[in-house]
Amino acid sequence: MTSLFAAVTTETPVDTPIRRITVTVNGKQHTLDVEPRLLLAHLIRQGLELTGTHTGCDTTHCGACTVLIDGSPVKSCTMFAVQVDGHEVTTVEGLASASGLHPIQEGFRDEHGLQCGFCTPGMMLTAKALLDENPDPTEDEVRWALSGNLCRCTGYQNIVKSVLVAAARLRAKDNVEEDEAP
Amino acid sequence: MTVDEVKIGGLGAKRRRVEDSRFIRGMGNYVDDITLPGMLHMEILRSPLAHARIKSVDASAALAIPGVQLVLTGELLASRNLAWMPTLSYDTQAVLATDKVRFQGQEVACVVADDPYIAKDACEAIVVDYEALPVIVNPTQATANGAPVIRDDKENQHDNVIFDWEVGDQDGTDRAFAAADVVSELELHYPRSHPSPIETCGSIADFDRATSKLTVYMTTQAPHIIRAAVSMVAEIPEHMIRIVSPDLGGGFGNKVPIYPGYVVSILASILLERPVKWIEDKTGNLISTGFGRDIYLRGQMALRNDGKILGVRMHTDSDHGAFFSDAQPTKFKIGLMHAAFACYDIPVAHLTARGVYTNKAPGGVAYRCSFRITEAMFFQERMVQAAADDLGLDQAEIRRLNFVKDDDFPHRTPFGFLTDSGQYGKCLDIGLEAIGYEDFLKQKEEARKNGRLLGIGISTMTEPLGAGNSREYDILGIKMFDSAELRVHMTGKALLRTGAKSQGQGHETTWAQIVAHELGIPADDVVVEEGDTDTAPFGMGTYASRSTPVAGAAVSMVSRKIRAKARKIAAHLLEVSEEDIEWELGRFYLRSSPDSGVTIQECAMAAYSNLPDGMEPGLENNAYYDPPNLTWPFGCYIATVEVDPLTGVWDVLNFVAVDDCGVRINPMIVEGQIMGGLAEAYAMANMQFITFDSEGNCVGSNYMDYLLPTSWETPGFELHEVVTPCPHHPIGAKGVGECATVGGPAAFVTAVRDALKGPGVRNIDMPLLPDRVYEALTEGHDVSGSPPVRTDL
Repeated sequence: MTSLFAAVTTETPVDTPIRRITVTVNGKQHTLDVEPRLLLAHLIRQGLELTGTHTGCDTTHCGACTVLIDGSPVKSCTMFAVQVDGHEVTTVEGLASASGLHPIQEGFRDEHGLQCGFCTPGMMLTAKALLDENPDPTEDEVRWALSGNLCRCTGYQNIVKSVLVAAARLRAKDNVEEDEAP
Repeated sequence: MTVDEVKIGGLGAKRRRVEDSRFIRGMGNYVDDITLPGMLHMEILRSPLAHARIKSVDASAALAIPGVQLVLTGELLASRNLAWMPTLSYDTQAVLATDKVRFQGQEVACVVADDPYIAKDACEAIVVDYEALPVIVNPTQATANGAPVIRDDKENQHDNVIFDWEVGDQDGTDRAFAAADVVSELELHYPRSHPSPIETCGSIADFDRATSKLTVYMTTQAPHIIRAAVSMVAEIPEHMIRIVSPDLGGGFGNKVPIYPGYVVSILASILLERPVKWIEDKTGNLISTGFGRDIYLRGQMALRNDGKILGVRMHTDSDHGAFFSDAQPTKFKIGLMHAAFACYDIPVAHLTARGVYTNKAPGGVAYRCSFRITEAMFFQERMVQAAADDLGLDQAEIRRLNFVKDDDFPHRTPFGFLTDSGQYGKCLDIGLEAIGYEDFLKQKEEARKNGRLLGIGISTMTEPLGAGNSREYDILGIKMFDSAELRVHMTGKALLRTGAKSQGQGHETTWAQIVAHELGIPADDVVVEEGDTDTAPFGMGTYASRSTPVAGAAVSMVSRKIRAKARKIAAHLLEVSEEDIEWELGRFYLRSSPDSGVTIQECAMAAYSNLPDGMEPGLENNAYYDPPNLTWPFGCYIATVEVDPLTGVWDVLNFVAVDDCGVRINPMIVEGQIMGGLAEAYAMANMQFITFDSEGNCVGSNYMDYLLPTSWETPGFELHEVVTPCPHHPIGAKGVGECATVGGPAAFVTAVRDALKGPGVRNIDMPLLPDRVYEALTEGHDVSGSPPVRTDL
C-alpha cells in the first residue's frame, strides 16, 4: 500500500513522505507504507478494510472508534497510524474466535445492549479491556469504565447489564476451565 | 396442534434481535463502510461567519493541488439552476451560498478529490472574501424595528417573520378566562438541542453514464421522500433514481431533511461520472444539520379554585434559523404543538404561533418527537405544575382531577384532536405507588430540616403518534400513509419489505413478529428488508414514532391478505368450501373435524404447485395503510432528585416510568426504546444544549462543548407498563419510541424546582446546569431565557 486510498490511482507526489510500519491487527501481521498524517482509524477502516471500527466525532469524545492497542482501549480517530508501529491492535473483528462469539458479544445481543449498533464495537472493546483487568466489576465500575464511549440509543442501562452478564459468563467459563485442568 | 405464538416469535415474544448478529461482529453496513470502484471523496467548505455578503470565491489554489478533481461553488451551481433547493416546508434553502451566507457553518463550496485528506487540504486553500453583516440570533432581535431582513433573496419577504398562525377558539377561550377564579401564567424557553446521532450524515452518489441511472447510498430516515425530492431538484426522472438507506447509526430526526451535502455529491457524480462519497464531520453535523426546539413558550391557564382547568391560552415564538426547513405535516405550521393538553379534560383553548428567521442553522426537526410534541408536552406539564403551585394543590391531585376519564373516550381535545383510549389515572397510580409518593413527601420535609434539598416531579401526557391519516397529514403534498409487501415462498419462508426505515428500532425483528402473529410463520422464517427504493414499497419513512402505527399496521394488513388467499387454497386442499374451515395460528382446519387441517406452509407450497382452477398462482401481496387516526400512547414519568445546596449539582434519586403504548410487539425492544428516550430526556434537562454567541458563533460545535450524557451520569430507570390497546390499530399497538423523550424532561425540571421551592423561584429553564440551579437557589429568583452565552471561548 503506497497511500491511504489505494483503490484510487493517485500519483503520489515525490515529496510526500512515507513511513514503513509493521503492525499486528487481530493476530495478523501487516507491513505497510503509510503517510505520517494518516489516522489509525482510517488505516483500519479503509486501508485494512475492517469497517467495524466506526468514526463518530473525530475528537476522541464518542469512542465509536475504540480499538485495543496491546490490550488497552484507545480511540483510533486521534492516533496516527505510524504510532502503532510494532504494536498489536485488536478491532471488533478480532473479538469472536473460530469457536464462536466472545461472551461480551453474546452479552450485548442477549441483553439488548445495542440498537443502531454504531457505538457497539467501541463499547465492546472498552468492556473487554475492563474485564481483562477486572473480571468481577461492580455496576459503578462498569459505568465508569464505559464513560468514554457515548451511546445515543440505549440509555446505557442495557449496555451495563450486557457487560455484567458477560463478566459472569466469563468467570463461569474460567472456573470450568480451571476445574477441567489436569 | 396450535402453534405456540411466543415460541415462533410472535406478538409479545422477547425475541432477540436479528440485526444484532451483524452489528456485534462489526459487520454492519453503514454509508461510510461502502466503497465503490473509482470512488472520489467530497468535503464541504463552510462559512465561518453567521451573516455576510460573499464578495468573491477563489478556488484556483485548491484546483492546483494534485488529486483535486473538482471544486463546486455557488456560482457553478447557479449556472445550472441548482444553487437553491426546496425545503420540506415550502421554503427554499441555499445548496451552496451565492449572494450571502446566513448562518455559521453554511455550505460555501465543495471539493471533490482522490481522498478526503486531499479534499480537506483543498478546502483550506479556497479563499472566500466576506463582508460581515449584522447578526440576528433570537426572535426578539428578528422582530425588532429595523432588523436586517435575512431572507432578502425572497421576493415578498420584507421582514423576518415566516408565519403567524393560530388554532383553537379565541372567543370561547376569552369567555373561559372571564369566568375563572384564578389565572396562572408561565413563560419559558425550550433551548435549541441537536439530535446528534453518533453517525453523522453522508452519501455516496453513483451516476452510471451507461444507463443514466443514479444510485445514492444515503443516511436518510425517509428514502422515498428523498427520491421524490431529488427527482424534482435534479430533474432526473424518478424511475432513474435509486436511494439506498443502509444501516443507520441513529437518526432521531436528524436524518429526515435534505442537506446540501447530499445534493452536491449527486451533482459531482453526474459531472465526473464517478461515485462521489461525502461523509460529514462531527462539527459539520452539529453546526449545520437539523436542530430541534429553540422556542419561547408562554401561556395562561384559567382555573376554578378547586383546580379544575377551564381553558388555556398559548403563544409560541419559534426560531427556525436561516431557512424554514422543518420536516412536518404541511397543514400545521408549528407541528403538532396544538396536541398540548390532550390528556386533560379542558373545554377550550387558543394557540398563536409565530416563526422567525435568524442567522442560525435551520432548525425545527422533530428531534425524537412527533413534530413539536416535546415542546408542547413540556409546556403543558410545567403549566399544570404552575397552576398547582398557585392553588396550593398537590401535583398528583391536580392531574387526577383534570384527566380525561377511562370511559370518556373518544375524547375531543381542546384543539380538536380525537383521543381514543387510555387509563391515565391507573398509570398515575402505578407511578405514585412505585416511587413511594407519600413516603417521599415526608422524607422530603424531614431532609429539609437537615438542610438537604429533595424534590419530586411528575409528568403525565398523551401524545399523537403515527401520522397520518392522509386526510390531514402530508409532507410536500405526499400523503402520510405507509406500506408493506409480503412474499411467501413455496417452502413457507417469507420476504417482507416496508416503506419504513429502521435506525436502531429493530424493524427486522419486530415486523417478522407481526407476520408470525398473523400467519403462524415462525419469525425466524421471515426476512425483512427496508431502505432501498428500488425494492421497498413506497412509504414515508421512520420518524415521529410512526413505524409501528402505520407501517406495522400495513404488515398486519398484508399478512391478512395472504391469509385470505391461503384460506381459499386450504379449502381446495381439504376439498371443502371456505365456509367450512376455521383458522388457528398457523393452520386451517375443518370445523367439523379439527384434526383435519393444513398448515400455512402447506398452503404456500400449494400456491405454487396445486392451485384451485382459475386461481392466480403465487402467494404475494402488498398493503398501503392509511390509519384512521393517530395513536395516543400515555406516559407517566416521576423523578425524585437531590440538589446539592453548595454547588447546584443535582442527582436523580429514583425515576419511575409508566408507559401505556398499547399492545407490545417485542417487550424487550419497547423497553429499550423507553430507556433510550429517558436518557435523552435527562440529557435535555441536564446538559444538552447548543447556544450561540451574539456573533452567531455556534457554541457547541463538538462533543467537548455539546455535552451528551455518558454511562456515568445517566441514571437508572424503573419501568412499568399498562396496556390499553389502540382501538383502530390492527394489533392494538401504539407508537412508543419518543414518549419518554417527550414526557421525561418536565419530570426532571419539576423535581429540581420542587427541591428549591421557595418564594420567587417559579421557573428555571433547561438545561439545569449547576450554575443556573445555584443562582435560583441562592438568589431566590427565576433563571429564564436563553442559556448564558459564554464569551470566554
